Amino acid sequence: MDSFIVISLIKIFVVFGALLTILAYLQWVERKLIAHIQVRPGPYRVGPHGLLQPLADIIKLITKEDLVPPYVNKTLYLAAPFLAVTMALLSISVIPFGPAIPVFGYHTFMQLTDLNFGVLFILGISSMGVYGIALAGWSSNNKYALLGGLRSSAQMISYELPLSLAIAAPLLISNTLSLRKLVDTQDGWMWNWNLFHGFQYVSFVIFIIAGFAETNRVPFDLPEAENELVAGFHTEYSSMKFALFFMAEYANMITVSCMATLLFLGGWVAPWPAKFGSGYVPVVIFAIAGVVTIWRGLNPRRNRDRYTFAPFGVVFLGVAAVFLVPLTQSALLPLFWFCAKTGAILFLFIWIRGTLPRFRYDQLMGFAWKVLFPVAMLNLMATGLAIAAFS
Amino acid sequence: MDLIVFLVFAGVAVVAAINVVVQRHPISSAVSLIAVMGSLAVLYLLLGAEFIAAAQVIVYAGAVMVLFVFVIMLLNAGGETKAGRSFVASRLGVPVLVALLALLAFFTACIYPHDTQVHFGGFRGGTAEAVGRALFTTYLLPFEITSILILIAIVGAIVLARKELE
Repeated sequence: MDSFIVISLIKIFVVFGALLTILAYLQWVERKLIAHIQVRPGPYRVGPHGLLQPLADIIKLITKEDLVPPYVNKTLYLAAPFLAVTMALLSISVIPFGPAIPVFGYHTFMQLTDLNFGVLFILGISSMGVYGIALAGWSSNNKYALLGGLRSSAQMISYELPLSLAIAAPLLISNTLSLRKLVDTQDGWMWNWNLFHGFQYVSFVIFIIAGFAETNRVPFDLPEAENELVAGFHTEYSSMKFALFFMAEYANMITVSCMATLLFLGGWVAPWPAKFGSGYVPVVIFAIAGVVTIWRGLNPRRNRDRYTFAPFGVVFLGVAAVFLVPLTQSALLPLFWFCAKTGAILFLFIWIRGTLPRFRYDQLMGFAWKVLFPVAMLNLMATGLAIAAFS
Repeated sequence: MDLIVFLVFAGVAVVAAINVVVQRHPISSAVSLIAVMGSLAVLYLLLGAEFIAAAQVIVYAGAVMVLFVFVIMLLNAGGETKAGRSFVASRLGVPVLVALLALLAFFTACIYPHDTQVHFGGFRGGTAEAVGRALFTTYLLPFEITSILILIAIVGAIVLARKELE
């Protein structure tokens, strides 16, 4: 019992520390990617390639004046950002990153808690997340904020239906509500993933579209459309309270990406079994990166590359070597695949933000009810029939 | 441990439920009602009814109450004004309430003897599988009738909304 509590506490610190760091750096990645899509350098001044920019942003946000306008409903105004960020961060507690691993003699799951209704838990928590935005919009006592909050709650109720229906289809195939068992049913080769089961790519596409709408991302970011609503629901928020909404949005993005990975892409499972050498993929990737950087450092284009590239090459080679050690391999390989898949979906989020324009509001609602919902319904019925016919 | 969690969330549920009535502003009442729903979900979870708990959060706290809050925000309803209380309500309200609670406690104690107390974690039939099996075998007819009832309600809502448009 005591060791359980200690291990859980350690896991909580590790997971939340990693999550908060990723949240801060996801924003840097997004700014850099959008910048490169638009052919400009992006953040460049704070640290090499702007790598310390998130740190500078955090310092700025904390030290900024924390303004509470006199005309707001104080209790709800103060509670809303905390509600939003709590609900966004809670979901990470049931997401599994890998199988059971031995840590100093204890066998523990790479997951904070293994609920046997994990999928329902995440659905419930994410449906509570809308209150943060809706109450922020209402309590601000500002017409733009109110419109943003209204738009957001209508949008999130509407898109929750296709989202849940899209989730139900792979659940029918895997026949479980536990996120851990869901991954276990997709073990082995790539075509065991739910994405490649018959026509499940339809569910995947519906899930991704509805996920974009649930996280208020482009092209569904109507609640914060700056050309119509100033800044939408967080117009009246400043400093750290604004940052909390920002964090909530990114945490929701990570949750949706993790869910897509677990439901459709086989979670931490490699695309092909380890006996055919899937365990050497990260080694090869990091070794190639290391060799290229060292070669660049030895044949520098700029003078300073000699001192910056070579150490990085050595670090990459070191990481490649760590992936070869059997002891660390059992923990790092699943984590590598999980992060690679989740990262690919996060990249998709950012890529689409740099590509697509925003919907008009009636188009957004019409799309949810007239296109996405019927398609999701048909998809679920077809999946059920197919399972009944072939099993 | 279970008992502490039960007491905390039962307390939250009762206080929030009273707050629903006491608050003047509809939004504050709605937020209190969300707190009631959330604490009820925790109580269900303590009793081992995990599917009901999840459904409670997803359906009631996550969908029905969002709609409530949405409508209140859309109508931009202001705070209610204090109505003058009637003589009977102000004098008899509290005594009648206490008497009612006492009666309720008395009858509960009479009907249910001590050995049928609730045991935390004693009930194991609350998983999604068990609920699904019960719904589609034992209670199939009520389940299907309920779905038809909901369909009628949806059609009725659309008819009413169309009438208003004309």
